[in-house]
Amino acid sequence: MLQALAGQLLVGLINGSFYALLSLGLAVIFGLLNVVNFAHGAQYMLGAFVAWIGLTYLGIGYWWALVLTPLVVGVLGMVFERLCLRRLQGLDPLYGLLLTFGVTLVLEGLFQNAFGISGNSYPVPSLLQGGTNLGFMFLPRYRAWVVVASVAVCLGSWLVIEKTRFGAYLRAGTENPPLLQAFGVNVPVMFTVTYGYGVALAAFAGVMAAPIYQVTPLMGSNVIMMVFAVVVIGGMGSILGSIVTGLGVGLIEGLTKFFYAPAADVVVFVVMALVLLLRPAGFFGRSR
Amino acid sequence: MTDAGVPPAEVLHVTGLHAFYGESHILHGIDFHVKAGEVVTLLGRNGSGRTTTLKAILGLVSRRTGSILINGREAIGLPSHLIARLGVGYCPEERGIFASLSAEENLTLLPKVGSHGMGLEEIYGMFPGLNERRKSPGTRLSGGEQQMLAMARVLRTGSSLLLLDEITEGLAPVIVQTLGRVVRRLRERGLTMILVEQNFRFAAPLADRHYLIERGRITDMIPKDELERRVPEIHGFLGV
Ligand SMILES: Nc1ncnc2c1ncn2[C@@H]1O[C@H](COP(=O)(O)OP(=O)(O)O)[C@@H](O)[C@H]1O
Ligand SMILES: [Mg+2]
Repeated sequence: MLQALAGQLLVGLINGSFYALLSLGLAVIFGLLNVVNFAHGAQYMLGAFVAWIGLTYLGIGYWWALVLTPLVVGVLGMVFERLCLRRLQGLDPLYGLLLTFGVTLVLEGLFQNAFGISGNSYPVPSLLQGGTNLGFMFLPRYRAWVVVASVAVCLGSWLVIEKTRFGAYLRAGTENPPLLQAFGVNVPVMFTVTYGYGVALAAFAGVMAAPIYQVTPLMGSNVIMMVFAVVVIGGMGSILGSIVTGLGVGLIEGLTKFFYAPAADVVVFVVMALVLLLRPAGFFGRSR
Repeated sequence: MTDAGVPPAEVLHVTGLHAFYGESHILHGIDFHVKAGEVVTLLGRNGSGRTTTLKAILGLVSRRTGSILINGREAIGLPSHLIARLGVGYCPEERGIFASLSAEENLTLLPKVGSHGMGLEEIYGMFPGLNERRKSPGTRLSGGEQQMLAMARVLRTGSSLLLLDEITEGLAPVIVQTLGRVVRRLRERGLTMILVEQNFRFAAPLADRHYLIERGRITDMIPKDELERRVPEIHGFLGV
């Protein structure tokens, strides 16, 4: 009994780690660029695939993939921002949503064409195989790593945003980009870098996910709906809010699976609907 | 501040400036100039285009045409961060203090754009109130403190041309007096300033020249020595 509960909570915590990483990136991008980055799920999938391709065709292992993949996918994101997203600046955010939605469909289509719909598995790195028996449950080492690494990356990002100069620019730019630029800050470059960083976070999550879930072209679509729910609950644009809500939503999902499994898939959306009714700006959000 | 005989250089020379917000055509050919070390005001009724003139200089309007020479460099085609880096400091009418930054973060946020920026010591000496409120979120400060902060942060950057939009608006007389002293001190340091003011009594003794703006056009220029004679005319123009 306890074992089953602990097991579901762990699954919830793992899912929550991915929600937190992904919604953090979405929140940072939305905050500064005012773009709802619908391609976030596809960029997560791209991260998993780049790692898988690297391993399968080039023999690049997990640890290198963890560093290189976010760089590669982040740079692709920056190019996309520079060449495409930038042209939609100043228009209704709906255009950005449509563009990134289109990019999602294109990416998923390309990967389905090239690699088929069925999943590819990615081995757990040898250093993190096995696990520990905690007495009340068995804790696989890789899953513990995922939780620790995600929380560390999320908190690190939060510290950078709260404590550094670039973070201060980011916060100021989230409030009023044109004014910040009139003070001499190169805001267009900040847009590019910030978008690249959000995308790199998604790719990082994708690499971390590869040994746990199957690497498939549609893996992003499965998770992105949940991540949007997290962002709505936490409040669009709130950094700490998206981290806390991401983990919290994972846990709620896990608990529901334990107590009443059939409701697990909808509980988050019920919470989302309630939040929208009671606090439309989200738990941590400011209405704008 | 310049050697005798050599006329001071022009810091700003605006010719035929038109500015638009979307489809609305707001400025219809503004011409004026400011020499190094001068304090110049833009006087006009509400809605005459004074704020828009400052914003157009900084590139904060949707479209602008004409010529804006800043220290001899053409700025009409530059993005606004490069305009700031020509040495232009801006205090916006709504003050533009960032709510998610502490007072001190607001103060130190702006990149340096010139080499003669004031140090924090000197700034806290000039605005003692700010030192006590360093850790407070920027928008928790009183209106007067926010205005001091908005001024202080551009002084830190070393800007040589300050665009000050209605810095006395809505403030108590004591604070207006303090701001008057600050402007006088900055003038002694050789800073060049454009003051947009409703408060003519505040601006009159501080400025070398006054430009009158009406419906997006400069209609007249009044130098200091003609001011006294023309006060009634100016009051009529401003509708006070
Ligand atoms: N963002 C804007 N969009 C459209 N029109 C504007 C905007 N800001 C100001 N205006 C209009 O431009 C004109 C000049 O405004 P402004 O420059 O703010 O005047 P002032 O500072 O002299 O009071 C006014 O008619 C005002 O309604
Ligand atoms: Mg104004």
